[in-house]
Amino acid sequence: MTAAATPELTLMEGAAAIGEAAILAGCRFFAGYPMSPFTPLLEHLAEALPAAGGTCINCESEIEGVNMALGAASTGARAATGSCGQGIALMQEAIAEAALNETPMVVFNLARNQQDYFQATRGGGWGDYRTITLAPKDVPEAIEHTQLLFHLSDLHRAPTMLYGDPLLAQTRVGVRLEKLDFGPLPPKDWELDGTRGGTGQSRQVWTWAMGKATDPGPGPDLHWQNIAAKFAAINEIEQRSESAHCEDADTVVVAFGSAALFVEHVVAELRAEGHRVGWFRPITLWPFPGPALEEATRSARRVLVYELNGGQMIDDVRQYAHDRSAIRFIGGVSIHESGLSYGPLLDAPVIRERILAALPEGDPR
Amino acid sequence: MSTRGTLTIDPEKCKGCELCLAACPPDVLTMSSELNSVGYRYPILHDGCTGCTACSLVCPDHVFEVYRFPRSRT
Amino acid sequence: MTTESTIERGPVVPTGTAPLGLTPVASTSPLLLGEHSLCPGCGEPVALRILLETLQELGIVQRTIGVVGHGCYGSFVRIMDIDVLQCLHGRAPSCATGIKRMRPDVATFTLQGDGDMVNEGLQEVLHTAARGENVTAILLNNGVFGDTGGQQTATTVVGQRTKTSLEGRDAAVHGHPIPVADLVASLDGVGYVGRGTVGTAGGVLRTKKMIRTAFESQLAGEGFSLVEILTMCPTGWFVTAPQGPDYMASSMEEVYPLGDLRPRTKGTT
Repeated sequence: MTAAATPELTLMEGAAAIGEAAILAGCRFFAGYPMSPFTPLLEHLAEALPAAGGTCINCESEIEGVNMALGAASTGARAATGSCGQGIALMQEAIAEAALNETPMVVFNLARNQQDYFQATRGGGWGDYRTITLAPKDVPEAIEHTQLLFHLSDLHRAPTMLYGDPLLAQTRVGVRLEKLDFGPLPPKDWELDGTRGGTGQSRQVWTWAMGKATDPGPGPDLHWQNIAAKFAAINEIEQRSESAHCEDADTVVVAFGSAALFVEHVVAELRAEGHRVGWFRPITLWPFPGPALEEATRSARRVLVYELNGGQMIDDVRQYAHDRSAIRFIGGVSIHESGLSYGPLLDAPVIRERILAALPEGDPR
Repeated sequence: MSTRGTLTIDPEKCKGCELCLAACPPDVLTMSSELNSVGYRYPILHDGCTGCTACSLVCPDHVFEVYRFPRSRT
Repeated sequence: MTTESTIERGPVVPTGTAPLGLTPVASTSPLLLGEHSLCPGCGEPVALRILLETLQELGIVQRTIGVVGHGCYGSFVRIMDIDVLQCLHGRAPSCATGIKRMRPDVATFTLQGDGDMVNEGLQEVLHTAARGENVTAILLNNGVFGDTGGQQTATTVVGQRTKTSLEGRDAAVHGHPIPVADLVASLDGVGYVGRGTVGTAGGVLRTKKMIRTAFESQLAGEGFSLVEILTMCPTGWFVTAPQGPDYMASSMEEVYPLGDLRPRTKGTT
């Protein structure tokens, strides 16, 4: 962490704070296509990134934007794009491509009206790749995660994702924009700069990694095996999670992102009333913090999964919870009538009711 | 007929497409009767080459290197 | 014409050995690291050669990045001694945009076939051109998806037989071809557009000049440049290799007229 003076507290919209965090992280290229609630991030960077010496393009499609970011990143620059839902779906090809040709970039997924866990963690591209995905619960965490993602992208030479939502993008919060240092990174000895033409040492960024006739590369078989092994190794070292009150809890509530913020609040209330409830929050959606979840649910007789969808993260909870029979789904699809944000299920009293309904008659004992 | 140029021809690179024959303005190329090691006929150069480079321009396979004789002063 | 029996093997010497006293006027580009494995009579290696020669002649070999799409020419990545990003089908102009914005002093080009640019990537090339990105797109147009076995593309001419139009492209059923270079030439943001052929020696020379003009336009910051190159694909066209150039001229040049479709307005052409 830096030893500089503490930055001032500034009132900022979440999307703007994320944009400023990207600039702090040295992002020099951004391309995006308007799509709510991601749009404010594009608008902020359209103004702020050129002022910081970078390039922001309002591209003509999501496919173009993510491929522009890939091209920019192939030169060694820190590059990013973003969208949500359908737009992220369009970007799957290029995200897989970047994973397979080992090009770092950050994808800002400011999701819209449900928690698109499957899309973020399973992806829709081809090949044995995974996408490191961080799901901040609030804007201050998003500022940290944005910078961490640029670091992790460069460290692992892979595209990464920030998973956000309308609350994250649109809430105005007091934030401190502090530049974070996550440690040394390997040099980008793979970046294209055009200077090696005719030397026999010219470089390629290529999913098939065949190399040159005079200097063959590993080829698709060995290269893709290496990529799969790389993600298996990342799985072991980049899991992140947070939990509270789980040691003696007989009920643990699992949630991520903004939903987890609500759960944290409700669980604190229930604890104060004597219920032995705890919460567990995956911070990395991938790699999913399975071992930590297993530990946190060790004594739980009820593992309540609260997510705003038809049940997606619950698949990973089923894989790792200490007692699979203890798992119950207390979330659901809940969409605002406009289609553009969450519906009535994202509400502390509603969450409280659902948790209480899952507790045994007469709780607390 | 004056021969102002010549070629080196690599028979092993040729794939027998014959584009050089059609391109040659003085028409001094014919295809061999022998086959190269992968089974293609390759061009044979006759007298009258002008070193114009048309053959090497159209050749997809880098069969030719083209040379010109120094011009004699008489 | 002397008969084969008197001069069976003409004045042939081993390649690479310059006959004493002779001036070499044409030989293989040193930027080529090996031989390609494309079909006999394919026009794409000719286009590659004149592209690499142009980079050398302009003296920009050590500040060039290429973005290569997917097609038979994709294998050129292995034999081009320049920095290359091999990208997704159709997306090369977008990747080139990102590269050029980050490295504005580097000459950036795309190498794409008609399936890549005009089918999958029509949106990308039009938007990149309209945005006036200072990159040069090279289109290898043979009217088929060669790498996947010869299916119809958006540039297949009416009447041409392909694997997906075996009786010949029928406008009523398969629609009409798209002359993308003409579309691009109509956009503001464009510095130069030319269309050439590699079917004849003269065509090769004129096309090489177009490539040079396109890069000069890029280096002068005039906007997007495109050189469409008609390339023979005898395999895809069901003709023999020697028939390729004539078939190409008779079937494609009427739909795709050759010449400078958008000359440079600044500087010399």
